[in-house]
Amino acid sequence: MTEVQIKPVTMNFGPQHPAAHGVLRLVMELDGEVVQRIDPHIGLLHRGTEKLIEHKTYIQAIPYFDRLDYVSPMCQEHAFVIAVERLLGLEVPLRGQYIRVLFDELTRILNHLLNIPAYAMDVGAMTPFLWCFEQREMLMEFYERVSGARMHASYYRPGGVHQDLPAGLLDDIGAWAGKFPKVIADIDGLLTENRIFKQRLVDIGIVSAEDAADWGFTGPMLRASGVPWDLRKSQPYMVYDRMKFDIPTGRHGDCYDRYLVRMEEMRQSLRIVNQCIAEMPGGPATSDDRKITPPRREDMKHSMEALIHHFKLYTEGFHVPAGEVYAAVEAPKGEFGVYLVSDGGNRPYRCKIRAPGFAHLQAMEFCSRGHMLADTVAILGSMDIVFGEVDR
Amino acid sequence: MAAPITHQDVRELGDYVAGAMAGDVVEHRVALGELTLRTKPPSIPKVLRFLRDDSNCLFKILIDICGVDYPDRQPRFEVVYHLLSLRHNHRVRVKVEIGEDEAVPSATGLFNAAGWFEREAWDLYGIFFSDHPDLRRLLTDYGFEGHPMRKDFPLTGYVEVRYDDEQKRVVYEPVKLVQEFRSFDFLSPWEGMARSLPGDEKAGKERS
Repeated sequence: MTEVQIKPVTMNFGPQHPAAHGVLRLVMELDGEVVQRIDPHIGLLHRGTEKLIEHKTYIQAIPYFDRLDYVSPMCQEHAFVIAVERLLGLEVPLRGQYIRVLFDELTRILNHLLNIPAYAMDVGAMTPFLWCFEQREMLMEFYERVSGARMHASYYRPGGVHQDLPAGLLDDIGAWAGKFPKVIADIDGLLTENRIFKQRLVDIGIVSAEDAADWGFTGPMLRASGVPWDLRKSQPYMVYDRMKFDIPTGRHGDCYDRYLVRMEEMRQSLRIVNQCIAEMPGGPATSDDRKITPPRREDMKHSMEALIHHFKLYTEGFHVPAGEVYAAVEAPKGEFGVYLVSDGGNRPYRCKIRAPGFAHLQAMEFCSRGHMLADTVAILGSMDIVFGEVDR
Repeated sequence: MAAPITHQDVRELGDYVAGAMAGDVVEHRVALGELTLRTKPPSIPKVLRFLRDDSNCLFKILIDICGVDYPDRQPRFEVVYHLLSLRHNHRVRVKVEIGEDEAVPSATGLFNAAGWFEREAWDLYGIFFSDHPDLRRLLTDYGFEGHPMRKDFPLTGYVEVRYDDEQKRVVYEPVKLVQEFRSFDFLSPWEGMARSLPGDEKAGKERS
């Protein structure tokens, strides 16, 4: 028999596919079942966030950040708010800083509670998804109690947070934090030593530390490759320098290590949550700079000055001195940065959003080349992609 | 892990890079604790390579590349690179100015991460990167025309899409706004209060 050259098959994955984690279209070239080339087509969820922000005042821009990575809203607000504060030279009171750290860590758990079970479902496990979503619902209840919204909180404001914590919330978070280790142990028992799970993850999508840096990886993706880099430790913002926590790193840089890093991060986040509750100081939660932060509702009932400030802040907004700043936070998915250029007006001149998922997804072809078709789903899941932030 | 950054370190780093790359770095400045280097488009690969490989810099991670549009300036665009050094725990910003029909040398040969960032800048601003292996549109629709992040591109765009039930396909039509686009000018016509009140000029005056 003569040898026949078989042309590689071009296959379209998505944009409507449950394992595409949203609206991702992958144009794949397959040699049999082995991936040769992947061309991700993104932008199907592009909403022009950056352009819209240029037409809004600084406070009106905050809700757009909830809608980028819609499973970790508050961390992204945090990056923008820090950028504005740096330009304004505004200090956040200690209680405000503690509240922000507390909710950043709840957000991290919220994010990993979506990623890990959704990932497990991609590779065949249904139960963790249901268990984790029960916990997510409790966390979103905490969101609702501070901000009134389950997901799109818009809670962080330049100078602090919108309102102080309602009475009794800290006790309830503490009670939840007491029970949560059991939940992590349950998920751990279901997945970590599961034979099918390990068969699908171990040694899949290996990225070395050099390659991870070259492709611009940050967050758990970089740590799983063995680089102990975490902005909360190396460039601490708010009160992270007072917190005791460890940075988990992987040794192999494969999908399984990324899963393990995220599991450990949940435990470490829980430590920070407990420290925040124990150390939560009194005092105001928001800066008392009346030219930036709106007055309290009660004051507006009898103070003319407060009423004027309220009116001015919600129409014209505050003016930010001209300049440029890059502020980054350790979001659950990696380094989330905001490059803000101000021309001295009441609207940002330019607001570039640096999303971690954008850099990670770019390496999709690099990570999957030579793997089987089914492994691309495992690799995609381990990157923790959410299209709200990739497409912006 | 490296020690936290101080302003002193940032200034020293700026002087060091500016000294070593005297012909290529036009200006270096520290503002709000952040180092900004300004360079010329042809020097971009050289400067980025130095920042990546020099043992005092080692900026191994390319965090971001983005464009900024200043329609009143000449040249019109700015391309801004953000780099991060894990080894020394530093950040640096590199800027170049570029006109509408000029090209910036691509950084894809130095950082793999540059690929999509440059595609995005091309898509949204129309900034051309020479030697980029695959400079296609990234975020906008297939067959999109124009560069939406430019300041002269309207917020509403030019076309809108809807599903046409008779033709059984998505159709593109010019934008029809049901209501005029509302852009309020909230900027206060008043200058705000002066530092010294009228009739109070002498209060803070230094007497000899």
